[in-house]
Amino acid sequence: MEFNENFIKGCQAIGAGLAVIAGIGPGIGQGIAAGHAASAVGRNPGAKSDITSTMLLGQAVAETTGLYGLVTALILMFVL
Amino acid sequence: MRYGILLAAGEDIDFMVHGLFKYKFFGQDVWITTTHVCILIVIAIILAFAIAANHAMKNAKEVPSGFQNVVELIVEMLDKMVKTTMGKHASKFRNYIGTVFIFILISNLSGLLGLRPPTADYGVTLPLGLVTFTLIHFNTFKHNSLKSIWIDKCSPLPPWLPIWFPINLIGDIAVPISLSLRLFANVLSGVVMMALVYGLLGKLALIWPAFLHVYLDIFSGAIQTYVFCMLTMTYLTNAIGDTE
Repeated sequence: MEFNENFIKGCQAIGAGLAVIAGIGPGIGQGIAAGHAASAVGRNPGAKSDITSTMLLGQAVAETTGLYGLVTALILMFVL
Repeated sequence: MRYGILLAAGEDIDFMVHGLFKYKFFGQDVWITTTHVCILIVIAIILAFAIAANHAMKNAKEVPSGFQNVVELIVEMLDKMVKTTMGKHASKFRNYIGTVFIFILISNLSGLLGLRPPTADYGVTLPLGLVTFTLIHFNTFKHNSLKSIWIDKCSPLPPWLPIWFPINLIGDIAVPISLSLRLFANVLSGVVMMALVYGLLGKLALIWPAFLHVYLDIFSGAIQTYVFCMLTMTYLTNAIGDTE
């Protein structure tokens, strides 16, 4: 069966859109981390700088899965 | 300017790596790309800073002033970062961690000059991940006996039942890939965003993209640099273990 070029382009766009759904996970995860950091600052305002740096480190690591989705989408759109 | 090395130079959306100059290498076509040019600019900046720092520290005074203050501040900050994470192993690794930190930081910040950051090329971040991978396993074999490594690699199950061994092996191989992909994808997402703003808005993108640069280049770049060094140090500390 032959597929023409436009069909493949369309499928690539659909696949890229589906891949970017991966952004939901890091959004929820970072929100949970930020919420817990906020409650931690409320409990112990003296440790604010430590809490902030730990939160940013954890969030940056949690972001990775979403970025895998982004890379997949970019590869689908521009490389394949 | 289709093949310019500046990100903001094109008329249309353009965030790819471009080849500038082609040559043959053992029968293969090899390109000198914009990444090479940008990385050379970054190296020139770091070299100039290093020469200036060397000059300042040769004429070091008891009471520091001017540029000597800046150099001492940077070295103390890097030393403190390595010291708090690695504890007693810090003295062996602070040269490597400091070098990687400064290189990745300047690379990420080079987006401010309008360059395409070299770390937005997977060919730059993968070697950084592989150096970390080599260091991790060199230190594992240097500081642990083969028996304890085998027990560790079969870890949730007893060592005479190595069902978990391939899974742990895949976990080890995933370390450099995830390290390098994290840095690459973060910087690339910033590059794509800036290319969209500059490419789609054209003349409208006049002064306000500076705020986007603050987030995407400075904040995100600094955080990712810190994360890369932090994870490298954590993996290295785990690899060395509790041995003296």
